[in-house]
Amino acid sequence: MDKVTRLASENGLVLFSKSSCCLCYAVKILFQEIGVTPTVYELDQDPEGREMERALMRLGCSAPVPAVFIGGKLVGSTNEVMSLHLSGGLIPLLRPYHSMC
Amino acid sequence: MPFSNLPLLVYIYQIWEEEGIEAIETWNVGEQQELEGDEESKLSIALDINSTCAKVAFFIISKSMNSPTPQFVPSRLGIYEPIHQIGIWGENFKSNGNPNTSTSVIVEVDNKLENESETTSHEMLTASNNYKQEASKPIDKIQRRLAQNREAARKSRLRKKAYVQQLENSRLKLIQLEQELQRARQQGLYMGGVLEGSHIGFSGTVNSGIAAFEMEYGRWVDVQHRQICELRTALNAHISDIELRILVESGIGHYFELFRMKSTVAKADVFYVISGVWKTSAERFFSWIGGFRPSELLKVLVPQLDPLTEQQILEVCNLKQSCQQAEDALSQGMEKLQETVSSTVAGGPVDEVSYIPQVATAMEKLEALVSFVNQADHLRQETLQQMSRILTTRQAARGLLALGEYFHRLRALSTLWATRPPEPSLP
Repeated sequence: MDKVTRLASENGLVLFSKSSCCLCYAVKILFQEIGVTPTVYELDQDPEGREMERALMRLGCSAPVPAVFIGGKLVGSTNEVMSLHLSGGLIPLLRPYHSMC
Repeated sequence: MPFSNLPLLVYIYQIWEEEGIEAIETWNVGEQQELEGDEESKLSIALDINSTCAKVAFFIISKSMNSPTPQFVPSRLGIYEPIHQIGIWGENFKSNGNPNTSTSVIVEVDNKLENESETTSHEMLTASNNYKQEASKPIDKIQRRLAQNREAARKSRLRKKAYVQQLENSRLKLIQLEQELQRARQQGLYMGGVLEGSHIGFSGTVNSGIAAFEMEYGRWVDVQHRQICELRTALNAHISDIELRILVESGIGHYFELFRMKSTVAKADVFYVISGVWKTSAERFFSWIGGFRPSELLKVLVPQLDPLTEQQILEVCNLKQSCQQAEDALSQGMEKLQETVSSTVAGGPVDEVSYIPQVATAMEKLEALVSFVNQADHLRQETLQQMSRILTTRQAARGLLALGEYFHRLRALSTLWATRPPEPSLP
């Protein structure tokens, strides 16, 4: 099992990011606003970062980061997260894994 | 130079509008026509005030208007070279009741005096002589009228001249402004470039991308305006929901079209999109990452949508909240980007001449700006989509109307602001 899939299934909400990526930062802020704390993996700080990037692209992400997994399943990038949130689907999806304030 | 057998005079001139004076004074003698009958009836009888169009036609007169007749000819006319026909000059002016748009033409008449022993001229001479013998009363009347007409014509010419002058000035001003704009744009593009030679070709592509967008956007606004009017009419006419749905779909689709256009031009020059220079000034005032704020959209729409069901109120409330959260997230992401670019550009030693590394790194980071613009537009799109889902067809139509009308008013505000009278300068 590749590292990405393994890490993604270890926690309810997983975010693959890069510390220099401002769009990833925006997604982090969004989760903060909702009141949830994702498990974040910064690919630029991981020795296997390049490999993980490639794995994410293989999974169908148009950009490797930000990549959001909920309950081990790939939700998508910024686009998908935003759409999900506006349609009211993000919070119900997160509820089993996180207690919201 | 002798005339020979020219048809006799058709002499028409028209003055019109607010002089209120006889619009046409025609002496319609025609060909080979004999002057007979009552003198008054022959002369200047046609009074045709045509207030909606002025056709000016003038022909040259033959030498038949000879010595006895000078008093019927405007005295300002001198002796001209014989021309057979000045020409037919047709002009149509629409009268909109504005007294300042009158225009007039006076025929330049050749009244070369020639004596010829031709039957027609002889007849004319006789007739004219007869006329002369009549009481001076009709002659005075005609002379007075002629004088009034001349005066009106002169005034009209002056007004026209002033108007044309004004137009010319405006045209020059417009050209000046266009040149300034062009220069400013190029300066903006120049600043965006990094290395000397590289940006000249690039800015050509950028320019054409921008030019294409501007043209398309102009059309987009026109279509938008038309759609708003259609929606308004449809809502007042109480058409069926099915037909209304079609209008709603095309209205929403029209906004999606704008987002597609913006995405394309953002690839060419993202700063152009973000600057909002393609929008009117009032719209720019409210600009957020190259467009309107989604939360603003909801603020404009929701009051127009009453009454909403309980369920709808709940869903709109949720949408407002999630929209605001997403907006905040993107805003903070943008701030982070600014900080990052700023520290990159400012970084490194300043006592060295070369700044290439810093600027090159900043270039990479700025790529993210395109993503942000796309995300902002995506947020706008999703907000519209969700509202369309929550609302009924009729409510959605009203919402689209309200939104379109809002932007239309902002544009009007911009125009009004730009053309407001200048403040008086302090003494």
